Amino acid sequence: MGSTNSTLSKIPNAGDLMQETGFSPAHIVRLYDRYKALDKDKKGHLCPQDFGAIKELAMNPISDRIIGAFFSSGQEVLDFPSFVRILAHFRPVDKNRPKDPNSPEHINSRSNKLKFIFQLYDQDKDGKISRQELLQVLRTMLEKQVTEEQLESIADRTIQEADLDRDDAISFDEFRKNSLWCPSRSIKCRATD
Amino acid sequence: MRLLPTCPCFLGASLLVCVTLPLAAGGGANASQSRPAEINVTHVPVVTVKWHHVETSYLVALWILVAGLNSKLKSFFPESALLIISGFILGGIVWGADKAQTFKLVPRNFFYFLLPQIILDTGYFMPNKLFFSNLGAILVHAVIGTCWNAAAVGISLWGCYLGGAMGNLQIGLLQFLLFGSLLAAVDPVAVIAVFEEVHVNEVLFIWVFGESLLNDGVTVVLYNVFDAFVSLGGEKINAGEIIKGIVSFFVVAFGGSLIGVVFAILISLLTKYTGKVQIIEAGFIFVLGYLSYLTAEMLSLSAILSVTFCGVCCQKYVNANMDEKSVTAVRYAMKVFANGSETMIFVFLGVTAIDTDIWVWNTGFILLTLLFVLVYRFMGVFFLTWILNRYRLVPIELIDQIVMSFGGLRGAVAYGLAASLDETRIKEKNLMITTTLIVVYFTVILQGLTMKPLVKWLKVKRVSPTELKLIEKVNNRAFEHILAAMEDISGRIGDNWWTRGWKRFEDTYITWFLMKPEARKNRDYLFSIFHKLNLEDAINYVTEAEKRGSLAFLNQTDGTIVNFEKKLRFSGVMPDIMSELDFGEKSNISDIKDTVPSVSLNIHEHEMKRMNEDFNAHHLLQQHLYRSRKNHRHKYSRSNFSINQSEDEVQEIFQRTMRSRLESFKSAKMGVTPAKKITKHPKKDPNHKTTDKSKKHPYGDEDFEFSEADSAYSGDGGATGGSSQRRGTYTMGAGVENPAFMPEMDTPPPPWVTEAEADTSVAPSQGAQRYLPWSPRNLHRLAPLRISDRSTDSFLMADAPATEESSEESPQQPSQRDGTHM
Repeated sequence: MGSTNSTLSKIPNAGDLMQETGFSPAHIVRLYDRYKALDKDKKGHLCPQDFGAIKELAMNPISDRIIGAFFSSGQEVLDFPSFVRILAHFRPVDKNRPKDPNSPEHINSRSNKLKFIFQLYDQDKDGKISRQELLQVLRTMLEKQVTEEQLESIADRTIQEADLDRDDAISFDEFRKNSLWCPSRSIKCRATD
Repeated sequence: MRLLPTCPCFLGASLLVCVTLPLAAGGGANASQSRPAEINVTHVPVVTVKWHHVETSYLVALWILVAGLNSKLKSFFPESALLIISGFILGGIVWGADKAQTFKLVPRNFFYFLLPQIILDTGYFMPNKLFFSNLGAILVHAVIGTCWNAAAVGISLWGCYLGGAMGNLQIGLLQFLLFGSLLAAVDPVAVIAVFEEVHVNEVLFIWVFGESLLNDGVTVVLYNVFDAFVSLGGEKINAGEIIKGIVSFFVVAFGGSLIGVVFAILISLLTKYTGKVQIIEAGFIFVLGYLSYLTAEMLSLSAILSVTFCGVCCQKYVNANMDEKSVTAVRYAMKVFANGSETMIFVFLGVTAIDTDIWVWNTGFILLTLLFVLVYRFMGVFFLTWILNRYRLVPIELIDQIVMSFGGLRGAVAYGLAASLDETRIKEKNLMITTTLIVVYFTVILQGLTMKPLVKWLKVKRVSPTELKLIEKVNNRAFEHILAAMEDISGRIGDNWWTRGWKRFEDTYITWFLMKPEARKNRDYLFSIFHKLNLEDAINYVTEAEKRGSLAFLNQTDGTIVNFEKKLRFSGVMPDIMSELDFGEKSNISDIKDTVPSVSLNIHEHEMKRMNEDFNAHHLLQQHLYRSRKNHRHKYSRSNFSINQSEDEVQEIFQRTMRSRLESFKSAKMGVTPAKKITKHPKKDPNHKTTDKSKKHPYGDEDFEFSEADSAYSGDGGATGGSSQRRGTYTMGAGVENPAFMPEMDTPPPPWVTEAEADTSVAPSQGAQRYLPWSPRNLHRLAPLRISDRSTDSFLMADAPATEESSEESPQQPSQRDGTHM
């Protein structure tokens, strides 16, 4: 894109962002355009209602949680770097990027991806998915025909399968162990392209 | 892809044998069948052995049977290789007997009688979603890859010939190119035969397989063009001819596909109107499929493309229009024919080898051809995949590329083309036939043999059929939802946009045109689930009943009038979902049935309940998890999932989302605390404490204990607001069913739910609900489904119900809504 370089200069801290997230300049520009497009009132930042306006998102059963993941810790505004950082979770794992042993892991490392998903389940951020939280997630993802009884039995069984230390909740480690086999295409792929 | 064991296929094979053998043997008329016509009849023959009459058919039938019994070796020997070797043996015998090859694979028979049904079968069972989503890559490989193969092999051989590696041959550049083009095409029959036993991952499979089908377009063009060039002679070729050649490619390819589509439309229309002649219905498909092949052949277009697209396009409509039995009949018949043909092809490929007439040995030519074919295949695949990977999100790994290159098998099509060369123009025809045969044997036998170990050794990603744990299932679905959401947020107009657009177009115009009206209505995904659940309910019901002695246990629970008649009534127009949907759990049921003894002790009962619960949970998840848009992406399934979630699922999700949003918005903005909403109800419903079991309100089932609701809100209110749930608990003891109790809602229940109430009288008591894994009351919500034509615009949704359902609401609703509406 010929206009990449000129637009790139308009984006504040583009270089740092690219370094941190691993997006290419073209990606950053595209994300910036999308960010601006979502920000219908031209406030300069995004708020939850902007996400709500995305039509297809409303058809997603866990849309609220996803939107919540963008606006962490009760903030109401989302600036561009945060926007990009969250989306960076979904980049394919970089096998080749040199890793500084002292720096924190890349945003799109496998474990950070899983952590992101874990946070979607774990609303109260206590590091564990309790039975109640699991129930909530299941409720949103299952159709209405399923009775409460059945839901609870599913939740019980799920925790039973995954819970290794028998504390009736799924910790991040247990979660990660159970996602080991998860086909790489489901998380690894789908960068914003 | 060969579902049937090989035995029935031999039935079909032997039938085919009797038909085609006389034709095949007709060529070699110097058979030593002595006609007993000159024997003087001296007495009345009581019994005569007329061996000569049946000799040919008998032999081949016997040999095919013997070949089939080789299945013991199938674990490491691909079936195709076995068949070729059996063909060798058979050919050897016949040759030994007759000193000449009476059985030959005459190209005409091959192309007209053996090939079409195989291709029709592959088209009919093609996983459409997978195919079309990878169509770009497939086309690149098919067109560019084949052209590259043809050109490279031809030119290299010519170069080597000029260099003197092959001795003296009467051959020229054009003939080399012709030879290269006939040898360039990957063969679908061979690919199926080898890959079906290996079970590689879907993307890899569809690439190789799709390429093998679509490259016929290129092969036909190249072959005909170079054939024409050879006839013209080198001098007359100028730019004009070359341009004509290129144009002919487009004509052939698109023309062939177009013919296929036309015939698909014909078939679908035909099945739409032949509800009365179900017996013949199935036959039409074969006849029309064959006609599409012949028509394309007649117009010298690509016949394989024609049949492929015929099958690909008609499968959906045919399956919807025809009766279940017809669908099953067509399926099995196709498999039988295809299997039979494939077996015959390979046997004949073997038989044809044992013929001294055609064998011409030229070491340089043969070895070089082999080398070039392999090398250029690898080069072509790697190069093209490298280019394609730059546009792909998930790059095709090196290992997959190796397997793809290795899977470039040549087969009978190449031989057929070689055998139909004109020997007057092409002096070295026999050499070419020999070389082709050797290449075919090499690829099929050797590469086929080594494919499985190679796949294992390279740890190629296989299709994973394992049963997931519950948490994995939940996770996977959650991941998919998240990914779909990310796509939406980042505004990526991916393939999804196209598929959605196409789906919309198809749903409005095409299905109206091509599908029976009843079939159209019942395409609903939920409907099929409903049907399946009904059937499973019935089975479970009977299982439980038998354990308790008889269906007399029904007496304990009054009101359990599960009207099976009514529900199964729909099965008449249902497509054949029994075989389509995943019945993994169903087999569990029958297993359990077998293990439970007739005298059931309580222990067994408990265990069975436990197992029941276990696969209930799995089954529940399987069926009821909302499907994300991406769910059907790369799944190789022969059933038809709609990419769009069914309208009702979308509505449901929408309802929830909007409700929760409006609520959080309200509570934030207007300071209306949740508790206040609950207290509104007592004054609204005068009689909500009645335990009227016979009449259920859709949301009345959800017992809204106030304390529960309170805690629900206080707990979730602070969260993202996405968890205010309409579903209360159904507790057995405190069964406070409130028929007129309206849980506080901002939008009234969707019409299809309230309608359901009016229609059915099924209201199982609590006892039944305890016994039945899925109580029918869950199902009656689905009973009369109506495709809602509401717009899915989010803000319209919130307002629209006010106007649409006013007729169905209870009088109190409007007041409530006015009060709490924005």
